[in-house]
Amino acid sequence: MPSGIYECISLIAERIADNKDFLTELDREIGDSDHGINMSRGFTAVMEKLSPDESDIGAVLKKTGMTLLSKVGGASGPLYGTAYMEAGKLTVGKTDITTEDMKSILEAAIAGIQKRGKAVKGEKTMLDSLIPASESFNKKIAEGADMVTGLEAACESAREGVEYTKTIIATKGRASYLGERSIGHQDPGATSALITLEAIRDCMKG
Amino acid sequence: MVGIVIVSHSWKIAEGVCDLAREMAQGHEGIIPAGGLEDGSTGTDTAKIADAITEADTGDGVVILADIGSAIMSAESAIEILEDEGRGINAVIADAPVVEGAVCAAVEAAGGGSVDSVLAAAEESREALKL
Repeated sequence: MPSGIYECISLIAERIADNKDFLTELDREIGDSDHGINMSRGFTAVMEKLSPDESDIGAVLKKTGMTLLSKVGGASGPLYGTAYMEAGKLTVGKTDITTEDMKSILEAAIAGIQKRGKAVKGEKTMLDSLIPASESFNKKIAEGADMVTGLEAACESAREGVEYTKTIIATKGRASYLGERSIGHQDPGATSALITLEAIRDCMKG
Repeated sequence: MVGIVIVSHSWKIAEGVCDLAREMAQGHEGIIPAGGLEDGSTGTDTAKIADAITEADTGDGVVILADIGSAIMSAESAIEILEDEGRGINAVIADAPVVEGAVCAAVEAAGGGSVDSVLAAAEESREALKL
């Protein structure tokens, strides 16, 4: 991996901070206006807990997950927290990852989110960007693509997934109270998942 | 005695519900609040909930009551973390309103009820008519 896990989590934290107001604005439209604030608070706490010399990917991912579970406060805490914890279980002791590892990480993160949120694709959630991203990544690497090419394809599909969330009705979380009025708005969780994937892609580019 | 944990986005709600439940169930020491975030802001904190479950458990198990939104997911995460750590605590979440459920659960627990009967007492409170 061109950059280490510390640099990767740092970049995710930086991008979440940069998009704090944007995510909160998206959430103001269909939720409770706290997604950017909550995610930013969570990742600020994560960066306080991590040190630059940590290189065990599994240990860092688990610490990230535990901190998000505790500090985010809203639904994205247990959802992202579980995703990072599940990814961490697969990467204990690793300091570098292969495309096969990344495939497993994305699938485990998605399975964790589904277990916690009891959601499926098409309910206007973070799964609507993550599941297409994971599928595109798997398809690309099956064709022999390298990590960055796979992640480029994943981000492209995640971006399409975010656009797709504008066309569907929310049935999970606070946005579900809006029913059809949630149409036309992109989902904040799908958006923060896209931001996360783009940060991972950029980190892998080095 | 079966422990009870009250999970709320607000620490004031969690503390207040615990106060009320303790009054209704004199002598029950294991009614523990897990409300808000560490800095006092609104939200649910999985680590705080896991600590409250551990504190509430005397070996007889714990029934959790949780309020809105992320409270249930955070409580589920807390139970899983304790399981992963091999703590062996029988903790369950009641599908019940927090205030009414807590009072009914506390009374049942103080009377020596099992996890199953305390859970049932909490969940039966859903059916109680007020008018």
